[in-house]
Amino acid sequence: MRAFARRHPVWTGIIALAAAVALWLIFAVWPDGLEDAIGRKKVFLNAFFNGITLGGLYFLVASGFTLIFGLMRNVNLAHGSLYLLGGYIGYYVADSTGYWLLAFPVAFVVVGFFGILLQMLVFRRMEGEDLRQTLVTIGISIVVADLMLWGFGGDFYNINPPEWLSGPMDTFFVTAVKSNGEAVYMKYPMVRIVIFAASVVVGVAMWLALNRTRIGMMIRAGVDDRDMLSATGARIQLVFVGVFAFGAGLAGIAGVVGGTFQTIAPGEDIRFLLASLVVVIVGGMGSIPGAALGALLIGLAEQFGSVYFPTYAVVLTFLIMVTVLAFRPQGLMGQG
Amino acid sequence: MVAIDRPAPREDSRMWIEKIPAAYWALVVILLVIPSFASDFVMFQIFGWTFILGLIALSLMFLGGYGGMVSLAQMTFAGFAGYMVAILGASAIDTISQGWPWWVVIPLALILTVIFATAVGWLAVRTEGIYTIMITLAIAAAFFYFTRQNYDVFNGFQGFNSVLPPRLFGVDWRGPEAFYYLTLFWAAAGYFAVLYVARAPFGLALQGVRDNPRRMAALGYSVTAHRVAAYSFAALLAGIGGILLTWQSAQISPGTVAIQPAIDILVIAVVGGLRHPIGPFIGAFLYVLLKTFAVDVLVALGLGGERFNLLIGLGFLVIVFFSPDGILGLWEKLRASRNRDPLTGRERH
Repeated sequence: MRAFARRHPVWTGIIALAAAVALWLIFAVWPDGLEDAIGRKKVFLNAFFNGITLGGLYFLVASGFTLIFGLMRNVNLAHGSLYLLGGYIGYYVADSTGYWLLAFPVAFVVVGFFGILLQMLVFRRMEGEDLRQTLVTIGISIVVADLMLWGFGGDFYNINPPEWLSGPMDTFFVTAVKSNGEAVYMKYPMVRIVIFAASVVVGVAMWLALNRTRIGMMIRAGVDDRDMLSATGARIQLVFVGVFAFGAGLAGIAGVVGGTFQTIAPGEDIRFLLASLVVVIVGGMGSIPGAALGALLIGLAEQFGSVYFPTYAVVLTFLIMVTVLAFRPQGLMGQG
Repeated sequence: MVAIDRPAPREDSRMWIEKIPAAYWALVVILLVIPSFASDFVMFQIFGWTFILGLIALSLMFLGGYGGMVSLAQMTFAGFAGYMVAILGASAIDTISQGWPWWVVIPLALILTVIFATAVGWLAVRTEGIYTIMITLAIAAAFFYFTRQNYDVFNGFQGFNSVLPPRLFGVDWRGPEAFYYLTLFWAAAGYFAVLYVARAPFGLALQGVRDNPRRMAALGYSVTAHRVAAYSFAALLAGIGGILLTWQSAQISPGTVAIQPAIDILVIAVVGGLRHPIGPFIGAFLYVLLKTFAVDVLVALGLGGERFNLLIGLGFLVIVFFSPDGILGLWEKLRASRNRDPLTGRERH
């Protein structure tokens, strides 16, 4: 960070200024003039929190995608299908057993198993053939999407969170001050906050595992030079299968999360595939911190866009992508 | 370098018209006389649609086969041209449609499409390989959502209906025979244009850029300019296809430029084969046949007509899994194996 500040003093200044303005907007009680100009603070804060929690969901989906791509150069355009599959599995588990928490491990294991099948049967046969992988996984996603439509129908499914997580939670953000001087605090759905915290934990754990453990060291070595690593006796294919299973499992978990705060329906697979594409393009391929940054940016852009300029919300997301590509084609945190 | 030792090819003294193989003549004659016996449905729906989808897929084949850039935004360019014709020309939504005459609308729509595609291409060529696919997919999705949400210009979810071709020379160009010849003409024009461009200096340089961008850059060719120009040329083909598509269904809506059609174009081009411009038309013909008759086949198998995507997806999967070059690749493999002597494994003479 210090090196970045030394190399780009102007950018650092701009980023610091933007962060300060954002912090002031979040914590300060807004003066009347500002409320007249851009609407009430409650709307702003809600959009902000929705954006951040949506970013958490995008991060869960995109981090699996970026992990698989970054480590194995495997292009898995069936990632959205894995997400949707996780959502359906989560719905059935939560609905039939009544335990919401049980949906997560089951979705992780089942979707992870699908990931293993994909890696063993598809990707291992076409290592290094980008285009063929893309085409085959597009084919797989078409087939899987139709099979899921066949199996689960076109209905919307919603996974209900348990009692202790439903309902709003008081936060310490002041949205307004009443005429008698009493501050009004913002309320926010508990489940979203918990899920966001969980995705932060997952992200940090992933970063630590990659950078501080032996397995992580092997994975990073495999990215740099696969042949040399296997020559030292490491069982590289096993590592790859493991990473693929983990990335796919994350997509499955994300499906359960998505089913809890939004709905699960046909077509969501493509939406989340696109979201993860945009997130990793913005953040930088193969970088976990990049996926986190990209997911936050895109989540915030989508929510603020839909509140403040509803017609052009998509265009805002797209503009971010275009700007990043134009000035930094490798992504914000990408190498090279 | 290798070519130096090779003896110069014998001069072919025949006229150019004599060098065309007999199979081509047969194909031309068949295509020209089809309207004399085919039904209106076959002409308008099957062949018209084949030529249109083939033309749009041809633009992808040009980019992918000669430029090495697989773009999923070709349907977006086609849809953009269709939208421009609907917005600038006449449609049932007369609050938005300008109703300008066709000789302004069509060239203007194509020019705008080319400009749009050039901008997209300039953005997309900053990336390579798989990234190109991703960014063009993202652009296609953004355009789809934009047209669906924007009511001022693109009329949102409904889109435009009653977008009809002009009554030129007193012919109703949506009549089955007229539309058949119209689409056949443009498909053939696109096919020969791609063949010509591929052998022109620009096409050769583009293929050089595909094979080795660094060497081409060292030779003094602008890699970026060639790639962006390829997008512009491909968008012209896609734009013509898009206008014809809009006329065929007489409407344009966000559904035309959704993700599924964009992927369908990729499926068509890849299944047909990206090596030769005839590939997309073969792929389109198969796709249209499947789309038209698969329901009957599925019902006969007792599966229900809505499993169409399963059939398409499985077919696509099998083809890309076993033959990355599509049906053209399968054909070449078959020919090579028939020419090989099974005992010695050498080519037969």
